[in-house]
Amino acid sequence: MSPILTVYRWELRKLRAQKRTYLGLGAAAAVPIIFVVAVVTGGGHPNEVAFGRYVHDTGLAIPLVMLLFGSIWLFPLITALVAGDIVASEDRNATLKMILTRSVERHQVFAGKLLATATYAVLAIAIAGVVATGAGVLASGFNPVTTLSGTVVSAPRGLLLVGASLLVYLLPILAIACIGLLLSTVFRNSGAAIVGTLMFSLLLQLLAILPGLGDLHPYLLSTQFTAWQGLLRTPTDWDPILRSLWVCTVYGAPALIAAGLVFLRRDVAES
Amino acid sequence: MADAPPIEVRGLAKRYGEILAVDDVDLTINPGDVFGYLGPNGAGKTTSLRMMLGLIRPTAGEVRLFGRNPQVSVKALNGVAGFVEAPTFYPYLSGRANLELYAAFDGGDGAGKIDEVLETVDLRDRAKDKVKGYSHGMRQRLGIASALLRRPRLLLLDEPTTGLDPAGMRDMRELVRDLGRRGITVLLSSHLMPEVEELCNRVAIIRSGRVAYEGSLEELRARAGISYRLRTIDDVLARRICERQPGIEVIDDAMPAGLLFKAPSEDVVAALSLALAGAGAPILELTPRQASLEEVFLQLTEGGPPAAEVEARPDEIEAAA
Repeated sequence: MSPILTVYRWELRKLRAQKRTYLGLGAAAAVPIIFVVAVVTGGGHPNEVAFGRYVHDTGLAIPLVMLLFGSIWLFPLITALVAGDIVASEDRNATLKMILTRSVERHQVFAGKLLATATYAVLAIAIAGVVATGAGVLASGFNPVTTLSGTVVSAPRGLLLVGASLLVYLLPILAIACIGLLLSTVFRNSGAAIVGTLMFSLLLQLLAILPGLGDLHPYLLSTQFTAWQGLLRTPTDWDPILRSLWVCTVYGAPALIAAGLVFLRRDVAES
Repeated sequence: MADAPPIEVRGLAKRYGEILAVDDVDLTINPGDVFGYLGPNGAGKTTSLRMMLGLIRPTAGEVRLFGRNPQVSVKALNGVAGFVEAPTFYPYLSGRANLELYAAFDGGDGAGKIDEVLETVDLRDRAKDKVKGYSHGMRQRLGIASALLRRPRLLLLDEPTTGLDPAGMRDMRELVRDLGRRGITVLLSSHLMPEVEELCNRVAIIRSGRVAYEGSLEELRARAGISYRLRTIDDVLARRICERQPGIEVIDDAMPAGLLFKAPSEDVVAALSLALAGAGAPILELTPRQASLEEVFLQLTEGGPPAAEVEARPDEIEAAA
C-alpha cells in the first residue's frame, strides 16, 4: 500500500474513534429529520426559499430546501469540525513528532489528512442528502418535482437532480474544508481553527447581504452554495455551476497550497 | 555509507530569535555506544535531538545518521528510532492500535512484531486498553515499544526516566541496558549523571547549547581529580594560610565547618599541614576525596559548586532508589 493510502486509512480509523466525527455526521443526519418533523407537524411552507412551497407536494423538495438552510452555518460547521481539527489534533496530542519520525514523508502525511478530510465532508453531505430525501419521501411522497423554470420532472429524474445538486454543493464545502485545513495547520488549535472557519464562512455571507456589493456576489464563496440550482432549471443553466467550479478553486486551492507549505516547513518544536 | 557512524553531527546550531539554543555542536557516536547526552534542563539536549530526527531545521550545521541527512528525507531514519520529550500517542486508540498505526507508518513490516515488543516492555496485558488510561510509566514503555518496532540500529531516547517512580526508573534503565547489550547504539539524553554513569560508556556534557565535554567516563573521572577537605580549630586563619600557600587552591570555604582545597601533589599538602601547625591552626581533619562525576558535571555545567556543597537532590534520591 502506498504511504499516502496508509496515512489515509489510518486517518479514517482515527476519525472513526473520535466523538467529533459522530457529532458532525450525527448532526448531518439529525437536522433533516428534525426539519421534516417540523414541516409535517407545523404544516407550513418555508416559502422564502426555492422549493419551499413544494415540501408538502414531494419529498424530493426536502433535501433541496435543506441545502439552502444548511449553507448558512450547519454544513460549514460540520465540515470545520474535522477540517479544523485534523492537523491541530496532532498538536493537541503532541503526536506529530512521533509520526514524522517514522517512514512517511511530510507531504504524504498531509495528503492523507487532506483525503480523509474530503472523505468526511463528502460523507456528511451524502448522509444529509440521503436522510433528507428518505425522510422527505416518507413525509411527502416520491412525487414529481417542479423546477425553478416551472417545468415538472418525474420523480426518478428529480432524484437524479437531487444527487447531482449534492455533488455541485460539495464544491463550496470542499473549499471550506481547505480553509479549515489551513487554519488547523496555522493555528495548531482545534477550537480556533473551527471557529475561524465558521467565522470566515459567516463573514462571506454577511458580505453577500451588504448593499452596494452586488457585483461581488457571483464571486463570493457563500453564493456558490446555490450554484446547484442551475441543474433545476430547464434547460440546465451551467453558468453558475462552472463559475462555482473556478470560484471554489480560487478560494480552496491557495488555502490548500498554503496549508501544505506550512505543514512541510514547520518546525515540530512544541509537540 | 556502510561504515558511516550512527550519528555524526558537525557545527550544529539552532537559533530562536535572540536565543542560541544549540551552538556549534560536534558529536560522533560510534556503533555499539550507549552514549549519554547530558546536560541540565534547558541546555539544548531536546533541541539537538529534534534536529537529529529531522523535526526541526538547524540554523547551521548538519546531522548525518548512518551517513544520511534526516533533513532531506525520512529515509535517513531507516534503522533509527526514538522519541523526544515524552513519547506520545492517540489517547482514544488502544496501545495496540497505536503500535499498529506506527508499524503501518513504518511500511507495515513491524506489524508482526507487536506482540513481541509488547512483551519486551511488559504491556501485553494492557494492550487493548485505550492509551488515555495509561500511566506515565506505561506510556514511556509504550514509547520504547513503538521504537523497537522499527528494529532500530540506533535509538535516541530523550530523558526516558523522567517522571517515573523509582521502580519505573529501574525498569526503564534495565531496558536501556538490555538494548545496549543487544548491540543497539543508544543516544540517551539525560540530566541525571548517576543514570548516565550507570548506563553509558561515553558521554557528552552540554552546557548552554555547547558541548563542554565529550569522551569516555574514565577520562571524565580522571579529569575530576582529588580535592581535600580541611578542618582546623581556626578555619578563618586556616583559609588565610591556604591562600598564601604555594600550589593550594581553595575551592570552597562556605561549608558549615572547614574548607575544601585542591593541591597538585601530596608534597604541597604536607607543606600546608606544617604551615597550619606552625601558625597555630592545628588540623582536626584532612581528608582526600575523589570528586564524583556528579560534581564534575556540575562544575562543567554550572562552573562550579565544588564537592562538599553538593547536596543530594530529589532526583538523585530517586535515582539511588
